[in-house]
Amino acid sequence: MKKNIIGILGLLIAIFVITAVLNPKFISAYNMQNLVKWSSLYAIMGVGVAFVIITGGIDLSIGSVIGLTASLLAFTLGKNWDPAVAICAMLGLSALIGLVHGLLVTKAKLQPFVVTLCGLLIYRGMARWVTDNQSMGFKGHDQLNEIFSGKIPITDTFALPMPFVFLVVISVAAALFLNRTIWGRYLLALGNNEEGARYSGIQTDNLKIAAYVICSLLAGISGILFAFELDSVQPAQTGEFYELYAIAAAVLGGCSLRGGEGGILGVIIAAAVIRLIYNSINMLGISTHLEYAILGIVILVGVVADELLKRYTAKRAAR
Amino acid sequence: MAAPVTPLLEVRGLGKRFPGVRALHDARLTLGHGEVLAVIGENGAGKSTLMKILAGVQPADTGEIFIDGQPVQFQSVREALAQGVALIHQELNLAANLDLAANIFLGREPHKFGFIDHATLHAEAEEHLRRVGLDLPTDTLVGDLPIGRQQLVEIAKALSCEARVLIMDEPTSSLSQHESETLFEVVRDLRAQGISVIYISHRLGEVTELADRVLVLRDGENAGELSRGEINHDAMVRLMVGRDLEQFYDRKQHDPGDLVLELEDVRTPAHPHAEISLQLRVGEIVGIAGLVGSGRTELLQTIFGVTPSVGGQMRMAGEPFAPRNPREAIRAGLALAPEDRKQHGLILQMAVRENASLASLSRDQQNGFLNFNAEEKVATEAVEQLAIKTPNLDQATVNLSGGNQQKVVLGKWLALKPRVLLLDEPTRGIDVGAKREMYRLMEQLAADGVAILFVSSELEEVLGMADRALVMHEGRLAGELARDQLSEQAVMQLATGTPLAA
Repeated sequence: MKKNIIGILGLLIAIFVITAVLNPKFISAYNMQNLVKWSSLYAIMGVGVAFVIITGGIDLSIGSVIGLTASLLAFTLGKNWDPAVAICAMLGLSALIGLVHGLLVTKAKLQPFVVTLCGLLIYRGMARWVTDNQSMGFKGHDQLNEIFSGKIPITDTFALPMPFVFLVVISVAAALFLNRTIWGRYLLALGNNEEGARYSGIQTDNLKIAAYVICSLLAGISGILFAFELDSVQPAQTGEFYELYAIAAAVLGGCSLRGGEGGILGVIIAAAVIRLIYNSINMLGISTHLEYAILGIVILVGVVADELLKRYTAKRAAR
Repeated sequence: MAAPVTPLLEVRGLGKRFPGVRALHDARLTLGHGEVLAVIGENGAGKSTLMKILAGVQPADTGEIFIDGQPVQFQSVREALAQGVALIHQELNLAANLDLAANIFLGREPHKFGFIDHATLHAEAEEHLRRVGLDLPTDTLVGDLPIGRQQLVEIAKALSCEARVLIMDEPTSSLSQHESETLFEVVRDLRAQGISVIYISHRLGEVTELADRVLVLRDGENAGELSRGEINHDAMVRLMVGRDLEQFYDRKQHDPGDLVLELEDVRTPAHPHAEISLQLRVGEIVGIAGLVGSGRTELLQTIFGVTPSVGGQMRMAGEPFAPRNPREAIRAGLALAPEDRKQHGLILQMAVRENASLASLSRDQQNGFLNFNAEEKVATEAVEQLAIKTPNLDQATVNLSGGNQQKVVLGKWLALKPRVLLLDEPTRGIDVGAKREMYRLMEQLAADGVAILFVSSELEEVLGMADRALVMHEGRLAGELARDQLSEQAVMQLATGTPLAA
């Protein structure tokens, strides 16, 4: 196992144990169920953006894509679209958004930051305009609710939330893609050195586009999951700032913003750490006003520790 | 001229290591007042490292430096300059958007009450420019000058800092014949003024013409010195390669086979008005010589699809061939070991295994999945066949020496059994031993029927390895020299745009 995974896993266990000792209610089935559910939702976004970060890019539009797909899903279902059609349309739309991002980054050679920053504004604006900025719910869609927000009972009190099932399927596929296919290897290679990859015969543009498609598609799936989880959608707010959690999970999980580095497991654990910190703050009665500050400090310390570790191992390797 | 008792500059026992490479070991050097010392050696011999240490660009690990007999230590370029040692870089360090006077005094502008004193600035600049034979208005923009004159400005700038030792690192590598001669005049003038020059060059003809003494480095150590009377081409080459040239290159005559690659009026994006036609046959080693910037690298890149051609036709084994990217070129049977190994040849942070297999992954794939056994085999074969020195297959290539890095690049391509191998400066920055292995490998590949087209700035290499040489000048093929016509003089004449005398 990679060293940074051990580090982040240690952090997860440490916070978990400390909180559990200080407040026994923390390990109640209900709380665990919630923690698993929210960690899964964050991790799905994080896995998506990890692909883009591995290419050396960034995606700031994730929260807005979530907002747009959630809003449009509620809107189209409200217009009595067939549920299957509506879901497929949302998946198609989010993949299309990723395709446009990828084309703008590779063919028009725009900077990913700029492209996706514009995306952040555009999709949020579209969501509000199409829905007239009305809050919407999902009454009468029990079947969809069951698929996206249901639970699989494990014990009398604990049930696995559906987002976790989605995460397992997505992360297994993502990890296989990244570590076991030639395209995953190409992605890591081009993230390290795009020109070098191109000189070795790799179609770097196509792979980068694929990374943006994966990222936006997973954001779209998250949008659907969040919509049913929250059971109501506010076009102006749903998913707002979520790109930052996704990026934080990816970076804390071992993805370098310089590109070429990263793994799926690390991102998932990091997403869990981020949710766990929230949960612990509540459980331990720490002022919730400190939430952001604590989160920021933990991520910063994690990234610094990772960098120091890397330098140390590089030094030893050079000897 | 009687040598002063205390040399102006003396270096003893200088050593420097980089990860995986011993760049310098016990290097010694003395420099008298008003002396032109040429430092020669093959790429990777340690010349640049030695000069960088002398100019304060990087510190030495061991050794001592004396100026006028006093020990000195340079922690920075500024400290070296304060002691009168100035480096004139290969890549000039001038601000193209500023005028001559501003460049010469950049960071040291004469001032009154915090405002730049323009009158003094220009008057003094003019004086320094005159010392290097530049009679130009001091408000000329540097960007408007040709490269040869920019170099003279750089020298004037060094003189304005009261430099007593000028280190020139391959000053003529991008100059025309005429510009080079102007530079030699300036160097002789400076010598007459008592300024000492350390002159690094690959051009042995220049060295013979200019140097009072020659210091030869090989593998980071002193290989020998030649005094004025001993300087001649053969003596220098012998010291540089450590043996006679014929032995070093160990060339056999080839009988070229069928035509494999053919270019007809091909135009590269870098030189869209120059049409290039050439033919490459099975089992043939063809060298491309020419000055830096003459379009050699660009030609290889166009053949390899990195920068697709903008006109003309190419054929591979008789089939029309117009690669739009490297992948198409690779599929047609080409491979390129690029000039910039670190940027284009390798994924430096990745392991030997991953680099060696990168090009053959798609051939060995199993429905898109990596074939780890095939990858292991490709990497192991590369390490064994090319004798790559690495602790294991999982070592990151960034930690390997230049020669071993180049072998990994070649291993990556040999796994695909290319029909045409393009090599751009195949031995740049690698030590003599690895060089010799590289030449043997080229020889062996040619014998196995690979057609090799290589670009080299080292004339010795072209002379030693090529069955025939193509010489480029300003994007065009200035001429072709068969093996029995190959000489340093003939290549340089064509490379500088002088037609060969009939």
